[in-house]
Amino acid sequence: MSPAPEPVQVIKQRRDAALAALVSASPYVRFLGIRFDRRGDELTAILPFDDMLIGNPGLPALHGGATAAFLEVTAVMGLAWSHYWTDLEAGRLDPQEMAAGKLPRLPKTIGMTVDYLRSGLPRDAYARAQITRSGRRYASVRAEAWQDNVSRPIAHATAHFRMPSEDDQT
Amino acid sequence: MSDDSQLRIAQQFISSLPHAKALGITVVEIAPGRSVFTMPYDEKLIGDPATRVMAGGAVSALLDTTCGAAVMSHPESAGLTATLDLRIDYMRAATPGQAIRAEADCYHVTRSVAFVRAVALDDDRDQPVASASGAFTFTKKEPRA
Repeated sequence: MSPAPEPVQVIKQRRDAALAALVSASPYVRFLGIRFDRRGDELTAILPFDDMLIGNPGLPALHGGATAAFLEVTAVMGLAWSHYWTDLEAGRLDPQEMAAGKLPRLPKTIGMTVDYLRSGLPRDAYARAQITRSGRRYASVRAEAWQDNVSRPIAHATAHFRMPSEDDQT
Repeated sequence: MSDDSQLRIAQQFISSLPHAKALGITVVEIAPGRSVFTMPYDEKLIGDPATRVMAGGAVSALLDTTCGAAVMSHPESAGLTATLDLRIDYMRAATPGQAIRAEADCYHVTRSVAFVRAVALDDDRDQPVASASGAFTFTKKEPRA
């Protein structure tokens, strides 16, 4: 007989703790106030509206730089989450150690192109990343941000990353 | 208008943009179609705590702001602008502890689009941290009757 499956609460707790550790370790992610919603291995990034995200106070509209940063964080975290998912599930990454500061290295951004499709309104924004290519050294990610309607994105981005190699693990 | 008063107006404009203010961005230089801004090193802008390097997103926001200002300072610009697209290449990690300086040039405008390129530097001016190129919305000044 195969061993009994892990209780659902144990699995959820492990995944949520690992995600929280990974995300909250970055001061810049905390500065922007970005959170992540998780469904299985799928992540949705949330950028709660804040006055300091405004670029054009006349309209008012979100700062293009804040939108770009939101997409970049979504892409980096989405890629890291997918990259380390197997290690986490296999027990090679310990969420408690992660929370204590023993974090796996993040992918490094090589380049990113952002297309602005609509002006960002003064309200919450959401984003999801899709990994279009994941190799040993390089990965490519597409990210899209929207506000009220998922079918009316405010911006999308294509980004390329250098994956952390085994020998620069801390 | 004297260089000083232009600089003061640009500084006032930047302080009126909440996100630029939150990042601590200030004006170094403003000229027709050109702008130079700086963003101080700040612990709250660190991306990866393992390296203490400022987040790529913060550098992107600085480059976007500087590019937008270069468009608005173009002699034929009628006023505000918005980013259409922006491509950023990260050449190396910015050195922790050093401010980032962004220099943007609006090198071409049409009736509706402005083209801009920019570079981000830390104290080592010979080796850029990042470069950017983008297209921005543009409204030409009405010719005087």
